[in-house]
Amino acid sequence: MPASSRVLPWLELLRPGDVLTLLLALAFCVLSVVTLWRGGAPDKVVIRAGGQVFAELGLSRAQQIEVPGPLGLTLIEVEPGRARVASDPGPRQYCVRQGWLTRSGATAICAPNEVSLSLAGGASDYDTLHY
Amino acid sequence: MTPSIIEIQPTRDDARIARLAASAIVLSVAEAAIPLPLPGVKPGLANIVILIVLLRWGWRDAIWVALLRVFAGSLLLGQFFAPGFFLALAGSVTSLTVLGLAMHLPRRWFGPVSLSIFAAFAHIGGQLVVARLWLVPHDGVFYLVPVFALAATVFGLVNGLVAAKLLRDIWPEHETGSRRV
Repeated sequence: MPASSRVLPWLELLRPGDVLTLLLALAFCVLSVVTLWRGGAPDKVVIRAGGQVFAELGLSRAQQIEVPGPLGLTLIEVEPGRARVASDPGPRQYCVRQGWLTRSGATAICAPNEVSLSLAGGASDYDTLHY
Repeated sequence: MTPSIIEIQPTRDDARIARLAASAIVLSVAEAAIPLPLPGVKPGLANIVILIVLLRWGWRDAIWVALLRVFAGSLLLGQFFAPGFFLALAGSVTSLTVLGLAMHLPRRWFGPVSLSIFAAFAHIGGQLVVARLWLVPHDGVFYLVPVFALAATVFGLVNGLVAAKLLRDIWPEHETGSRRV
């Protein structure tokens, strides 16, 4: 067995715990790729009202926020990793029906009430030019 | 005026540490000649020497050799007090700390390869923290973590195997080497 006789002396230097350490290291590599290279993972919510930034929130904990506009209150709901317009006084409800936003750069605009919700951070699928 | 002669008597410990540090320095200088795609991804061959020193002579000597390596190596490469020097120093200090803890793991189960991988990860960890806080104050540096982690795994394994083999071949009677075959 000429091939294995060249590898075996090196394998003998490994102890059981070393294999465990190696597996842990590889697991860390895979985990870091999955968490850090997830394309377009947003990390914050930007809410605008009347053209001004009304609030910038982290996208890590669930919360609800009421944004006043000319027609009334727009209710925005944030959950870990996603956000939506829960209710809006506008007539056509486009921004509400858009549902949950999950990707960075995604935006819901409630034009009648002059409120917009957008996700930012991470590697955005769209840049300013595309919007 | 009486001529004053200051004579420093190097002990045998001093001579040994100097010798070992010299071999670590040679390895880091030689390594600097290897072209690498990304700054920060290096084999870290000098860590083979550090590992051997740690397992053969203990943590105190490993600290001496590692820090002498960082200082003298950066002087030789013209990196002294350049950003790269502080990154190397941060990586060295972190990995020495981790090695100081990891060396108390049961030797029967955890050999040089484990220590080497721990040290390699501590190295990138320390460097990334300094890079994030000082050189690139933006979370973008963490985008490179997977690359660094993979490099640490591969080079940690290879360096650990080389260190284990050298320990076994040079001091077969010593318990720090691999188990006897």
